Amino acid sequence: MSAFVNHFSFEFRTGIRNKTLLLMNYLFPLGFYAMMGLVMAEINPDFVETMIPAMVVFAILAATMLGLPDPLVTAREAGIFRSYKINGVPAISILVIPALTTILHMVVVTVIITATAPLLFDAPLPVNWPGFVVTFLAMAFACAGLGLLIGVISPSSRMTVLWSQLIFLPSMLLGGMMLPYSLLPETVRRIAQLLPAIQAMNAFRGLAHGLTADFDPWGSLIVLLASGVLAFGLAIYLFNWDRRNTTQRGHPLLALLALLPYAVGMILL
Amino acid sequence: MKDPVISVRDFRKTYGDFVAVDGISFEVQRGEIFGLLGPNGAGKTSTLESLEGLRAPDGGSLQVMGVNPARQSRKLRNVIGVQLQTSGLPDSIRVDEAMKFFSAYHRVAPRYDLLDRLGLAEKRRARYHQLSTGLQRRLALALAVAHDPPVLFLDEPTAGLDVPSPVELHNLMRELQAAGTTIILATHDMAEAEEMSNRVAILLRGKIAATGTPLELTATGAGLTKVSVRTKGSSLSDPAVTFPAVSQRVFKDEYAIYFSTDVGPTVSAIIAHVEAQEDTLIDLRVERPSLEDRFLEITRTEGTNTGGAQ
Repeated sequence: MSAFVNHFSFEFRTGIRNKTLLLMNYLFPLGFYAMMGLVMAEINPDFVETMIPAMVVFAILAATMLGLPDPLVTAREAGIFRSYKINGVPAISILVIPALTTILHMVVVTVIITATAPLLFDAPLPVNWPGFVVTFLAMAFACAGLGLLIGVISPSSRMTVLWSQLIFLPSMLLGGMMLPYSLLPETVRRIAQLLPAIQAMNAFRGLAHGLTADFDPWGSLIVLLASGVLAFGLAIYLFNWDRRNTTQRGHPLLALLALLPYAVGMILL
Repeated sequence: MKDPVISVRDFRKTYGDFVAVDGISFEVQRGEIFGLLGPNGAGKTSTLESLEGLRAPDGGSLQVMGVNPARQSRKLRNVIGVQLQTSGLPDSIRVDEAMKFFSAYHRVAPRYDLLDRLGLAEKRRARYHQLSTGLQRRLALALAVAHDPPVLFLDEPTAGLDVPSPVELHNLMRELQAAGTTIILATHDMAEAEEMSNRVAILLRGKIAATGTPLELTATGAGLTKVSVRTKGSSLSDPAVTFPAVSQRVFKDEYAIYFSTDVGPTVSAIIAHVEAQEDTLIDLRVERPSLEDRFLEITRTEGTNTGGAQ
């Protein structure tokens, strides 16, 4: 327990000490939130209706897709995991603790957004708080799993950026944060359902904010949770301590299995 | 009585078609300092890292304190301490945090006294990336011994250290050995290996080319012992005077220097000759071949035997 607490405490502090992580965990999402509040509320008054979930989803994406994977890759490349292994740090701690501390940073950002958005931008609060919390946790869990998986399979920092942007950029355009799902063309809607962001926005609408969901919000929740379970499981399975270790337990393309629940959801929801 | 702590039997490690270690066997006894020597690519690191559980062997068997490193990694962690040649810590971790972090995983109290002992007292609050390479290696050593492991692996422990640091490291190694710790020392520094090791194994191209105590190894080579003699008079200056077992003679800085294949008869004959000439001996030095000389001889011989491959 002491080792876990120590490790957790160190990782949490790293999320603030490390300039890149500080940027991705706090400065980027909060700066973007402030900018969107000032600009989008003027351009599109409807945006305010879902501003809190949209900014929470953005914060989760920034922290998990842009912040979480690269430290894993650089730590592996720098031999930090070798030091961990010879000192008995389990692989599961190496993966789960950064994910948990990232989620904790996201909780802080979510509290800041939820507390200030109604005051600063007249954004409505959730009407169903348990639904809000559960959706937040499901989205954070799913994205943290995907972030870990990207960190585990990426052979270099350059590839990490590529994989992360493959999820982050489409999420910005099609994730329902800027442009509602209902306004997307039919074919694009289907593709958008492959993104965690659209599932989270749908669940937030239907389960937390008392709005009409575009498709079954419970289905979105199940998709997020199933993807999270698969992503965490695959990250642990594919984890490699050492870039020089040529023995791999599975092909990195196995990671694509984590997107299976979204594909099923695209067909069924 | 023999009490092997480490047992390596027909150990083999390959990387694709490249055979890094080709069926080596050796044992290390409790409380020994065992030097693993060899040029780059000889298989030292593959052997060490397989014993440390970082790599899986492709053949043979390895045992460390009765533990199979490839299969019982959790048990292994508490019986070994490792200072890796290449490893790292998170840039932002502080020196005292690192001690606390790893001690917690070993379930022991942090040994801050080791930080003081290894010259890190003033750097306790410094972050890892702020430390010089030498200080980073000292920290790695402090972390390796903090849980008082019965077996310690040191891979190039003095590489990157400034001049006084190896002395402190060697003192620590002696203390640990006196307390019963078994130490495996991989090093390029032959003087260090000769000074510190009870036994050494010289690895060449994945095989053990020679093994024994440093004294045994230096005595068994074809290396010549250097006998330097200085006298008051000129009893040794006549080039016609010869001594048994001397293969070469030179004069330098008032010394007559003889290279002998059998030092006993040579020295006896020199002394007898000086006395017979009623001369006075001022200085006589006998320098046996160093481990480095022997190492170079072995690597040259093996290179010749295998067609001069690297």
